[in-house]
Amino acid sequence: MKFLKRSNGKHPEDAAAIPPVIDIREITKTYQMGAEELRVLKGISLRIERGEFVSIMGPSGSGKSTLMNILGALDQPTSGQYFLDGEDISRLSQTALARIRNHKIGFVFQNFNLLKRTSAQRQVELPLIYAGASNRSGRAKAALESVGLGDRLKHLPSELSGGQQQRVAIARALVTEPSIILADEPTGNLDSRSGAEVMQIFQRLNREQQITTVFVTHDPWIARHTNRVIMIRDGMIVADQQVAKPLVAGVDERPSEAEELAGIFQAAYYGEHSAESAGANGSHAHDDSTGGGSGIPEQIAEGSAAS
Amino acid sequence: MNLWESFRLAVGSILLYPTRAALTMLGIIIGVAAVISLLALGRGVENSVASQFEGLGADILTVRANMPMRGFSSASTPLTLKNLQALADGVTTPSVSGVAAEYQVRATAVDGYNSTSVTVRGVTPNYFTLNEWSLTAGSAFTQSDSDSQAQIAVLGVTVVEDLYGSADYDAVGESLLINDLAFTVVGILAEQTATGPNDPNDAIIVPLLTAQARLGNARVAGEGYQVSSILAKVSDTALLDAAQSEIEAYLLSAHGIADPDQADFTVTQASATAETRTEVLGIVTLFLSGIAAISLLVGGIGVMNIMLVSVSERTREIGLRKAVGARAGDILVQFMIESLLLSMLGGALGVAAGMAIAAIGSQLISATAVLSPEIIVLAVGVSLFIGVFFGVYPANRAARMNPIQALRFE
Repeated sequence: MKFLKRSNGKHPEDAAAIPPVIDIREITKTYQMGAEELRVLKGISLRIERGEFVSIMGPSGSGKSTLMNILGALDQPTSGQYFLDGEDISRLSQTALARIRNHKIGFVFQNFNLLKRTSAQRQVELPLIYAGASNRSGRAKAALESVGLGDRLKHLPSELSGGQQQRVAIARALVTEPSIILADEPTGNLDSRSGAEVMQIFQRLNREQQITTVFVTHDPWIARHTNRVIMIRDGMIVADQQVAKPLVAGVDERPSEAEELAGIFQAAYYGEHSAESAGANGSHAHDDSTGGGSGIPEQIAEGSAAS
Repeated sequence: MNLWESFRLAVGSILLYPTRAALTMLGIIIGVAAVISLLALGRGVENSVASQFEGLGADILTVRANMPMRGFSSASTPLTLKNLQALADGVTTPSVSGVAAEYQVRATAVDGYNSTSVTVRGVTPNYFTLNEWSLTAGSAFTQSDSDSQAQIAVLGVTVVEDLYGSADYDAVGESLLINDLAFTVVGILAEQTATGPNDPNDAIIVPLLTAQARLGNARVAGEGYQVSSILAKVSDTALLDAAQSEIEAYLLSAHGIADPDQADFTVTQASATAETRTEVLGIVTLFLSGIAAISLLVGGIGVMNIMLVSVSERTREIGLRKAVGARAGDILVQFMIESLLLSMLGGALGVAAGMAIAAIGSQLISATAVLSPEIIVLAVGVSLFIGVFFGVYPANRAARMNPIQALRFE
């Protein structure tokens, strides 16, 4: 038992009253590459309810980035419908999409995408400027405080650590109180300690403020921190399941590379592992890979099994 | 997003690379400064030429013998006193109300230790009244002075200064040597503003016959004495053209020339000369300003170049701005303001530099540069136009960027 089967909805009675944050129906995306058509998404349907914390996983080329771009209103599907907060946005103009992104979506990127030589507070004010909102500095300060950077308002990106920069980016995504936060490999450029800090913030925001969050990641360890994992391969959803017992950032230690790789070797060329133990574990790893033929990463499987 | 925010963003991104912004503006500064200073100086020179001719007898015609061309055996027939008398008789040229003549020679004037090379103008007594010349000291000469070849002289102020060290020196009564002949100064000519091609301030004026007989060799066999030019005054400027044709008809027949194109003399109206000169100057000014405008165009291309670099450098930033909700219009406005700021600031500095150059140039060519508001409005307008024209393409390119590709741009 690796995943819990996802039920039709957490609160079926609420679903009628409050529309899901994201409701996409038979979305396809086709790119014209010269004479050939490249079908990146081949009919994806998906619902994400308010307050969910979801990971979208898949290898590169699976279409997860394209799906992320469509979910983020940066791109439009070739066919199918996309209801965001009950509003069909799959056929909107560029200007209307810009407004949707501004009001309803908060982006967090792997490489932070902060403006250089701009203070943390000004970074966070940016979406408010385009929204024409009032009390921008007050709201920006509040957002920065909520990610623990209340004392770094005037700092430039070059004066902040990677983890702090990503927290500024999270504050920027939060400040407009969007319907959903889309985070593309948000810990991908961070060391494990900073990554854990950032992860803690996402978990806290989701737990305390019910902020709907979607991660796009290829890292199973990160995905295990979320409540639901959607797996995409070749433009289709191949799995969509609840995580039985999500990891708690800052509490659960990520296994080291040695631990992760333990048991797959036949002989050590260098290091403390003896040839005997590596060989013994190697046969175990072989057994496991034949058993786990579903393609679901080992860590998630182990994590679920351990629970 | 309001304009003030766009403005702040644009200023911020210009300040991010001050050296680059300064170099970009330099093209505009040079172009605008060149156009402004050339137009201002050109107009200044036009004005000073116009003022030199102003009051130079709008009602006066000047008749001159054409210079005989070197290498041509058929020397032109000179103008003579006989011609002068014919023009004065009231029958040959009825439209002419008065005539005067002068005979010019170059001579050396010496007083004590100072000597100066000077134009000596022998004139008929009425030459003063016809030209509306007045004297600050002494008196002009009479017909009898001329007939007796009196060695008396009226000095222009420049000559007074050259000989006596100060233009205010009262030289009346002084004697001086002109080509070794002793002359007595009898009057000082008031400083003339209308200087024209023959500056009367820089001349010694003597009786006509004195100049013809004693200083020059002006006798022409059978025709009496030669004169350099004849002035003919009309009572009404409306008669100028009639008088001109009458004089031409008379001189053509007197010189035995059938084809008016072969005329060996020229009759000119002072105002026409002034007009021609200012027109030529105007064309030269326009031409030079046109060349300067080309440098302005090159400056504009520089602005576009830098804007394109700026847009491509900031691709990721543009992508991010779009991701957090900037519309294409917001991005367009931001970059347009940036290019407008660069060109307007360049234009303003160019106006300042142009004014400085015009002021320095005024000193060098001793003509007051005229910086009319139109020139400044033109310069500002042109830099505005450059900002818009050369900013649209880069700004539009930024505005139309695909946010996904922009965010992925390395």
